[in-house]
Amino acid sequence: MSQTTHSPLKTAFFSALLVLAVAYPVLGLKLTTVGIKLQVHGASPTTLWAIAACAVAMFFWQLFRDRLARAWQSAPRLPKIPARVSNTLTLPSTQRRVIMVLIVIALAWPFFGSRGAVDIATLVLIYVLLGLGLNIVVGLAGLLDLGYVGFYAVGAYSYALLSHYYGLGFWTCLPIAGLMAALFGFVLGFPVLRLRGDYLAIVTLGFGEIIRILLRNMTELTGGPNGISNIDKPSLFGLSFDRVAPEGMQTFHEFFGLSYQSINKVIFLYLIALLLVLFALFVINRLIRMPIGRAWEALREDEIACRALGLNPTVIKLSAFTIGASFAGFAGSFFAARQGLITPESFTFIESAIILAIVVAGGMGSQLGVILAAVVLTLLPELTREFADYRMLIFGALMVLMMIWRPQGLLPMQRPHLELKQ
Amino acid sequence: MSRPILEASGLTMRFGGLLAVNGVNLTVNTKQVVSMIGPNGAGKTTVFNCLTGFYQPTSGSILLDGEPIHGLPGHKIARKGVVRTFQNVRLFKDMTVVENLLIAQHRHLNTNYLSGLFKTPAYRRSERQAMEFAAHWLERVNLLDFANRPAGTLAYGQQRRLEIARCMMTRPRLLMLDEPAAGLNPRETEDLKALIGVLRDEHDVTVLLIEHDMKLVMSISDYIYVINQGTPLASGTPEQVRSNPDVIKAYLGEA
Repeated sequence: MSQTTHSPLKTAFFSALLVLAVAYPVLGLKLTTVGIKLQVHGASPTTLWAIAACAVAMFFWQLFRDRLARAWQSAPRLPKIPARVSNTLTLPSTQRRVIMVLIVIALAWPFFGSRGAVDIATLVLIYVLLGLGLNIVVGLAGLLDLGYVGFYAVGAYSYALLSHYYGLGFWTCLPIAGLMAALFGFVLGFPVLRLRGDYLAIVTLGFGEIIRILLRNMTELTGGPNGISNIDKPSLFGLSFDRVAPEGMQTFHEFFGLSYQSINKVIFLYLIALLLVLFALFVINRLIRMPIGRAWEALREDEIACRALGLNPTVIKLSAFTIGASFAGFAGSFFAARQGLITPESFTFIESAIILAIVVAGGMGSQLGVILAAVVLTLLPELTREFADYRMLIFGALMVLMMIWRPQGLLPMQRPHLELKQ
Repeated sequence: MSRPILEASGLTMRFGGLLAVNGVNLTVNTKQVVSMIGPNGAGKTTVFNCLTGFYQPTSGSILLDGEPIHGLPGHKIARKGVVRTFQNVRLFKDMTVVENLLIAQHRHLNTNYLSGLFKTPAYRRSERQAMEFAAHWLERVNLLDFANRPAGTLAYGQQRRLEIARCMMTRPRLLMLDEPAAGLNPRETEDLKALIGVLRDEHDVTVLLIEHDMKLVMSISDYIYVINQGTPLASGTPEQVRSNPDVIKAYLGEA
């Protein structure tokens, strides 16, 4: 290490100085608005003392780092997860069983949870759906897509516009939204899938932004930055979940002779989201066992060999891109129906980043991993509401820790192998 | 004399200032084993890359059964029945042996999404037939016992055999092998020789071979092309090539 060549005292001194240099302007100075001007104040003495203490702590930490590291190594360790257990956990059959259990829990959830809990669970399910969709593109086909939120927006706006201008219902628009997103995936994918790795990532990032900016600027059609409001909620075979049914419709509670409860609507939305997720799980499970799923894996491993065997790489990549986009379309139209209001600002790059984080943190290609990561990454901001200012900091720290300790993701999955029976 | 399956004329490949292949003419007749030999760096693999569409040749024409194929992308040429292996083994290492063979059958399988999603009888039948075809060839190349192992865990010689079996999954007419005997021990080389003979005689496959193992080349080839520094040096039957003074000079240097 280069530090051994420097004197440890010097390193420690400069590290401490760096702490002061960074922390003092950020934490030690406070800006307050007085009228239209900004005034600079020094922070409270406690803050200043804390900064000084940190600098001193950093000084000693740098000085005794090597010795501490040695002491740490000799300390007793936590027992590691045995290889056999972790192997069993990554088997597709085990994960399938765990997913079954999770589905049972998810089905029981709305009937025991509070209204808030069901609402948050619905949000989690949206992210599960998005994660599963992006997992096809990134995890299975190995194409880094940073503009996934663009397809989410296409799905949301498809439903919102069709409902707004033509009065079409949610269930008619759901497949249309999926198809629209798939169409966008196809059209955008066609020129860009010749690119590889980083280049593909940058171009998809651009496309995601273009879609958002288009939506914001086509004011006559999309309402621009104000978005579209009063989007109809889904109905159950023509039964509305509102207190008073719109013209020509009946309400759910009247039809079944129940008293009106607003939680019914929340539960209904939750169940739709669950249905969509189950559909996605079913489709993806089949896809990875189909020839196209094998081709994705093969293409990820060796594109040149694939071409030599007569597989058309563009078509195979395009299929992953299109199918992945269609799930974003489903998620988008559901999102629009649930929120009742969408604006272009719901579809910023940070959403793409969060969905990608779900896929990577969960373990590429693993559906159970994606589900768990979606739960963690959606609940985390909800649970840490008190630390709202530091939310992104916690998010970032979590990502860094993940990369150090589990670079393969929370729960990676071994691909299901086809066996030759003898 | 059988009719030609592949005819390349005036094949030239230029990389900037480097003339890698210069005016190579090749005629490969059906059901023959034709070899291409030459010192390292002579441009043999570049010729292969041009023929299979991995490079677009700077000039020259390539006819497959009289139909021009130059300028087509690699996967289209492969679909016309020209399939190749690579100098370094390019298996899908994390996939199992049998899955490697299934990938190669992709084009012949039922890839309809709906039939796959609902597992229709037609889809099941297509998958089963693919499995049987794969099993048949695994037995042929003596790898049936390794069918469910990841391809990357096989021994080198086995990987080479698997690669040939994988090519056969695409039902090729012209099989192009790039140094298939490299790294094989003498016994494995003998097996390879027998396998190539079987491919030609029983499966009606024409084989175009790049190889440095002269014993193998001389004993199996019907016709040999010699290339040196990108230009054709000589061609003929093994006997003719063996006694050609230019060839001896190129291989052994000036006397």
